[in-house]
Amino acid sequence: MLASVWLAVAAPLLGFLVLSLFGKRLPRRLVSAAGVGSVGVAFLSSLLVFWSYLQIAPAPGGVELSLGNWFDTGGLSPRFAVTIDPLSLVMLLVVTGVGFLIHLYSAEFMREDPGLSRFFAYLNLFVGSMLVLVLARNLLLLYLGWEGVGLCSYLLIGFWYRDPQNGAAARKAFIVTRIGDTALAVGLLLLFTELGTLDLPELLARASLRWPLGSGYAVAAAALLLFGAAGKSAQLPLQTWLPDAMAGPTPVSALIHAATMVTAGVYLILRTHALFLLAPPVLLAVAVIGAATLLLAGCSALVQRDLKRVLAYSTISQLGYLFLALGVGAWSAAVFHLVTHAFFKALLFLAAGAVILAQQHEHDIFKMGGLRRRLPVVFWTFLAGASALAGLPLLTAGFYSKDLILFSAWSSGHGGAWLFAAGLAGALLTALYSFRLVFVVFFGESKTEVTHEPGRCITVPLVILAILSLVGGFIELPQNFMGGGVLSRFLDPVLAQGDPHGGPWSEAFAQIVAGLVSLLGLFLAWRFLLRAPRVAAGEIRWPLIGERLRRFWFDGFGFDRLYDALLIRPFVSLSARNAADVVDRPFLGLAWLARGGHRLLARTQTGKVRWYAAAVAVGAIVVVAVELFR
Amino acid sequence: MTVSQISLTPLIPGLLLAGVLFALGLVGLLVRRNLIFMLISVEIMLNAAALAFILAGAHHGAADGQVMFLFILAMAAAEVAVGLAIILKLGRDLGTLDADAARKLGD
Amino acid sequence: MNALFYSSLAVAVAATAMVITRREAIHALLYLVVSLLAVAVAFFSLGASFAAALEVIIYAGAIVVLFVFVVMLLNLGPAAGEEERRWLGPRMFIGPGILASILLIELAFALSGGQIGGAVAREVSPSEVGRLLFDTYLLGVELAGLLLLAGLVGACHLGRADREEGDQSP
Repeated sequence: MLASVWLAVAAPLLGFLVLSLFGKRLPRRLVSAAGVGSVGVAFLSSLLVFWSYLQIAPAPGGVELSLGNWFDTGGLSPRFAVTIDPLSLVMLLVVTGVGFLIHLYSAEFMREDPGLSRFFAYLNLFVGSMLVLVLARNLLLLYLGWEGVGLCSYLLIGFWYRDPQNGAAARKAFIVTRIGDTALAVGLLLLFTELGTLDLPELLARASLRWPLGSGYAVAAAALLLFGAAGKSAQLPLQTWLPDAMAGPTPVSALIHAATMVTAGVYLILRTHALFLLAPPVLLAVAVIGAATLLLAGCSALVQRDLKRVLAYSTISQLGYLFLALGVGAWSAAVFHLVTHAFFKALLFLAAGAVILAQQHEHDIFKMGGLRRRLPVVFWTFLAGASALAGLPLLTAGFYSKDLILFSAWSSGHGGAWLFAAGLAGALLTALYSFRLVFVVFFGESKTEVTHEPGRCITVPLVILAILSLVGGFIELPQNFMGGGVLSRFLDPVLAQGDPHGGPWSEAFAQIVAGLVSLLGLFLAWRFLLRAPRVAAGEIRWPLIGERLRRFWFDGFGFDRLYDALLIRPFVSLSARNAADVVDRPFLGLAWLARGGHRLLARTQTGKVRWYAAAVAVGAIVVVAVELFR
Repeated sequence: MTVSQISLTPLIPGLLLAGVLFALGLVGLLVRRNLIFMLISVEIMLNAAALAFILAGAHHGAADGQVMFLFILAMAAAEVAVGLAIILKLGRDLGTLDADAARKLGD
Repeated sequence: MNALFYSSLAVAVAATAMVITRREAIHALLYLVVSLLAVAVAFFSLGASFAAALEVIIYAGAIVVLFVFVVMLLNLGPAAGEEERRWLGPRMFIGPGILASILLIELAFALSGGQIGGAVAREVSPSEVGRLLFDTYLLGVELAGLLLLAGLVGACHLGRADREEGDQSP
C-alpha cells in the first residue's frame, strides 16, 4: 500500500482548501477537528507507507511513484513523482508525526484566536508543501515544495497582521530566504543546462560520470545549492531572519522554525550529497559555515532575555551542528540529529508557549520564575527537552546524536581537530544556555502570576515529545555500545557512510569528553544562576568590555546593522532619489500629452452656433481648396 | 422683353455675383448675434444658391434650373417656418434672442 | 439685356450689404425685400419669368412676411436696439470677412479654369417647367411635399407648447 503516500500529501492540502474556502462559516470545533484531523490522516498514511516499505524491502534506488507528466517543454519534462526510500520515509514520519502533535497543541493554544480557520489552513498548506519537498523525486518538484513552505512561513509569521512589526518580521524572513531561493534556482538552471535533467537519481548519476572531482561546474552548482540551503536553514550569512520570526504564534515557531522547514536546507544537501562529494571545497565550506554559525548563535543565545529568542538562536546553533555533520560527511549522523532535534526543539517551543500563555503573554525570562511548582507538567517536560538539547549523557537522545556528530567531526576524513573543538565549545554553550533557561524560568521566586493552566491538548503532546526526547536516542546507539545503530543501517542504501570511522577507543574518548562538557555546562549554570541570583536577575554591571560583548552578542553579532548599512540604506536612498521615477516618466508623459490634447480639443466645443458655422465655413474652404489644387 | 433682345448669358460674372451674395450672407451669419438676423442671413445664402441654379439653367436653355429653384424655395419655406417657431420658443424661454445664450445642452 | 442684369444684381448686392449691417430687425427685413425683388428682376432678364414670379410671391411675399410677423410677435422694444449696438462693432467683421473673401477667391479660381462659351438665352415658359416637374422630377416633388408637411407639423408643435389652454387648433 505504498500508494497511500499520495493520501499523506493530499490530506493536508485538502484541509487547506476546505478551511480556506469555508473556514469562516464552520463552527470552531469543526475547524480544529478538520485542521488536526487532516494531518492525523497524513500521519496514519505515513505509518502505512512505512510498514508497506518494510514488507517489500525494495532495491537501493527506492521506489518511485508517479502521477504523470507535469509539463514537457524544451527538453525539460518533470513528472509529479515521489521517491520512497529510507531518507524520505524518515522525513515523512518526522514531519507528519511532529506536525500532528503540534496541530493538536494548536487546537488549544489558538482556541480563542479569531483567525483560527486561517491558522489551520496555512498550517495545513505548510505540511502539504513540506511533504512535497521531502518526497519529491526531481528538483523542480522539490523547489515547488520549497517555495510553498517559504510562502507559508511568511503567512504564518505575519499571522497577527494588525501589528505592523509582525508584517515586517514576515517580510524580512521572506526576503532573506528569497536570496537563498534565487541562488537555488540558479543552481537548478546550471544543473539542467549542464546535465540535461532534474530527476534526482539520473542527475546525480550523470554528474558522477561527467564531472571529475573538484570540477568547476560541480563546485559552482554545489555552492549555489549551499547558499539556498543556508537561506532556508538560517545559517551564515543568511541567519538574520530566524530570531525575528518568533513574532509568529508559538506553534508556528515550533513546527516551521524548529522541527521542519529549517531542516529543508539540510535535507537538500542530504539528497544531493553525491554532488557535494564531487566538490570538496564546498563540502569544507559547509562544515565551516556550520561550525561558525553554531558558535555565533550559541553566544547570542546566552544573553537573550526573550524566551523564544533564546530558543531561536538555539535552533540556529543546532542547525549549525547539522551543517557541520554534513560537511564532514556524516550523513546519517545528520539525519539522526535532525530527528532528535525535531523532538526536543518542538518540545521546548511548545512548553515555552505554555509558559508564555500561563504568564499572561510575558516573554521576558527575568520576569518569570518559580514555575516549577505551579506548572509541574510543563516543568518536567521542559527539563527533559533542555537536557536533550544540552546532551546530558546516556539518558537523553540529544547526547547520542550530538556525540555522533562530534565523533564524526573528529574522525572522518573530511573532518579535523578544529571542527571538533568548535563543536565541543558549542556543546558547552548549549548546556549553559539551556540550563540558564531552566533555572531562571522555573526556579527562584515567582515574579508574574500564573493565569492559564494548560489543558490536555497541550500537555499530551508535551509528554509524548518528552518521552521521545529521552528514548529516541536508542534508535542509533553508537558502534561501541551494542553494535551500531538501527537508523544508520536503515539509511545505508541511500546515505552510504563516507570514510570509515576511527576505532572504538577514539569513539569512547569523544563520548566521555562530550558528556563531561555538557555536565560542566550544567554545573556552571547552576553555580552562577542558582547560587548567585543577582547575576540571574541580570542586575550585575559587567565591566566595560563585558557589557559591550554582551550587547554585541545580544544583537546577533551585529549582522542586522551590517546588512542595514551595506544593503538597505543604499537601496532606500536610491529609491528615494528615484521618487520621480525615471522609468515612469515616458508613460506619465504620454498621459499628460493625451490630457493636454483633450483640453485643446475641448476648447472647440464652445456651444455657440456662430462658432460652429465658422467651422463649417473653414471646412468648406479647405475642401474646395483641396479640390481646386489637386 | 423679347427673346431677341437677350444676348449671351453672362454666366461667369453672374456666378461671381452669386458668390458675392453668398459671401455676404456668410458674413452676416458669422457676425450677428441675434437669432433673427442669423436666420435672415441663411435666407440670403439660399437665395444666392438659387440664383446660381437659374443662371446655369438659362445658360443651357433648359427648365431644369427653374425646377431646382422651386425645390430650393420649398425647402427654404419649410426651414423658415420651423426656424421661426424655434426662435419664438427660445425667445420666450430664455428671455433673450442672443445666440450665445443657448450654449449649454442642459438648459 | 445685360445692362438690366448687371444693374439689378448691383442693387441686390448693395441691399444685401445693408441687410446685414442694420440694427433694427424691421429695417433689415425691408432691405431684404429690396434685395429679393432685385434678384427677381435678374431672373426675369435671364428668361426665367416663372422663377421671377415665384421669387416675388413666395420668397418676398410669404417668407419675409413670416419674419415680419415673428418680429412683431416678439415685441422686443428699444432694449434690443441697445443690444445690437453693443454687439455690432466694425471689429466683428474682420474674421468673417477674411473667411468669406477666401471663399470668394477660391470661387474665382474655380471659375477661371474652364472656357465656357456663352450660350444664347431664351425664354423658358412655365409649361416647360411644369412638364419637367411632373415628368422627370416627380419624386422630388413628392419629397418636397413631405418636407413641407414635416415643417408644418414641427412648427405647429413647437408653437403650441407655449399656450396654457392647450387648444386643438393646428
